[in-house]
Amino acid sequence: MELLLQGLAGALAKIATLDPDVLEAASASLVVSGTATLLSVVAGIPLGAALGLGRFRGRGLVLSLTNTGMGLPPVVVGLFVVIFLWRSGAFGQLDWYCTRQAMIIAQFILAFPTVVGLTAVAMQGLDPMLRVQVTALGATPLQTTWILVREAKLLILTAVMAGFGAVISEIGASLMVGCNIKGDTRILTTAIVLEVGKGEFATAFALAFILLALIFAVNGVTTWAQQRRRPL
Amino acid sequence: MTPVLEASGIEVERGGRVVASAERVALDEGETLALLGPNGAGKTSLVLALATLIPARGEIRHRGAVVADLVAFRRRTAVVFQRPLLLDRSVIDNAALGLEIRGAPTRDRRARAAAALERFGVAHLADRPAVALSGGEAQRVSLARAFAVDPEVLFLDEPFGALDAPTRAAVIADLARALREARVATVLVTHDRDEALTLADRVAVMIGGRVRQVGGTEAVFGTPVDAEIAEFVGVENVLPSRVESVTEERTVLRVGQRLVEAAAMPPEGEDAPLVLIAPDAVVIAQAAAFGSSARNSFAGRVGAVEPIGRQVRLVVDCGFRLVAHVTRQSAREMRFAPGDEVVASFKATSVHLIRRHRA
Repeated sequence: MELLLQGLAGALAKIATLDPDVLEAASASLVVSGTATLLSVVAGIPLGAALGLGRFRGRGLVLSLTNTGMGLPPVVVGLFVVIFLWRSGAFGQLDWYCTRQAMIIAQFILAFPTVVGLTAVAMQGLDPMLRVQVTALGATPLQTTWILVREAKLLILTAVMAGFGAVISEIGASLMVGCNIKGDTRILTTAIVLEVGKGEFATAFALAFILLALIFAVNGVTTWAQQRRRPL
Repeated sequence: MTPVLEASGIEVERGGRVVASAERVALDEGETLALLGPNGAGKTSLVLALATLIPARGEIRHRGAVVADLVAFRRRTAVVFQRPLLLDRSVIDNAALGLEIRGAPTRDRRARAAAALERFGVAHLADRPAVALSGGEAQRVSLARAFAVDPEVLFLDEPFGALDAPTRAAVIADLARALREARVATVLVTHDRDEALTLADRVAVMIGGRVRQVGGTEAVFGTPVDAEIAEFVGVENVLPSRVESVTEERTVLRVGQRLVEAAAMPPEGEDAPLVLIAPDAVVIAQAAAFGSSARNSFAGRVGAVEPIGRQVRLVVDCGFRLVAHVTRQSAREMRFAPGDEVVASFKATSVHLIRRHRA
């Protein structure tokens, strides 16, 4: 208990004094996870919408793969990314091993299936007649998809936040592909592991609080957006 | 005159079975055609096919030209469904959706949407979120959305089906006025005879997936071509008969134990036609107070007295089973009860004769 209280006191001091190591890790986390989530949104929402609205050959297989992808163990993803980015790997010439780019790739692979899968579910949850109505008003297939994506925006926002939540709190893949380099690839989760290993509980707590605050803030915004226009 | 919409050889197939078909459906400028039929008759499938929203065999022409570009065709039409199907936006944004899709400038879009909302009495709700509307308000917005695009053809798929009776009556009245003002060619799907009578110029009766009779509203309701259509349009008295004599003025037929006179001629070559008599055309009087000039007057006994809406349905055994509809007030004043001795009468001109078997 004493250890916990000491850790909390130290954490508050580090946050209050804007400890550079803590801020650096927080900033790196936001950049890496934010970029990975953004990329998964750009690629994942159109694919999710197509899977949710479309009827085409192989759709079931893609949906199964997507659902499987939602449960991918981060260390397995990290392992495959390392293999591809290793000097002798298929993309070794990029020299991205132990870089933020490698972490973004790994986190994108983790977030993408979540965004795709939950977007597909969001689109399937819409009233099917809504699509007929929009089509009947003269919408092209692209217009119809855009209008329906906007209609499902709150559920899609949940998909985005789930994707972000999956990567901001992930450690295995980031540690493997980013190598936890101070001031560069050290993010909140990898820093917490390192600080705990060193017995620096105050720093670990400070990092953990910031991580929790980030997750809370993101979910708070989502919840606010979801609730603000709902009538009783 | 070239019809605004003309469809021929339409067949909608589902699960290897034709669920809706029509040899020819044509719609003139400003005309309202009611697709009338019981549940499951294929009305919705046919109207969705005409609106090019589901695949169908056959040919659809718009102002004489074969419809090839479906999106372009749909941008000249509008569809209103049974449910309002509004988006999670403001009322005015919903009313403007068709205009937004068609690329109308924002200012023009809002002005036209506002005018359409005004037409259906919901302009005061323009800035409200659509999800906060009542069922009646939402359906008015749905109608406004359709009228906002100024369609050349309007498809209405049972648009009052989900509304309570008073709201339904009010929305029908507003729609009737809007149709008169806009003079838009309209296909109205309904299973309600009163809706068809109120809104339609012509009626196409669909039964079992096929359009079985098309004609003016009065003609279809007054002279259905077969027994099934007769029953559906409310002619409950479909009686087998045998022709006894035919003159230039009248036909005498044996119905049960009675002789019935009809002003109509029997169908050519038919000596055992079906006799159709609308229940509204039958007058029932207490036997003691009877006095009628009708040629067909038969003493009988009331078998059943059943209230149906604003009327009372009387089943009278007068040598054959005859159904009559009387107003509730008449039924109350005459104190009809099962077992009463009554006289049932109807005019010879109210008797319609059709073939026993459909051609």
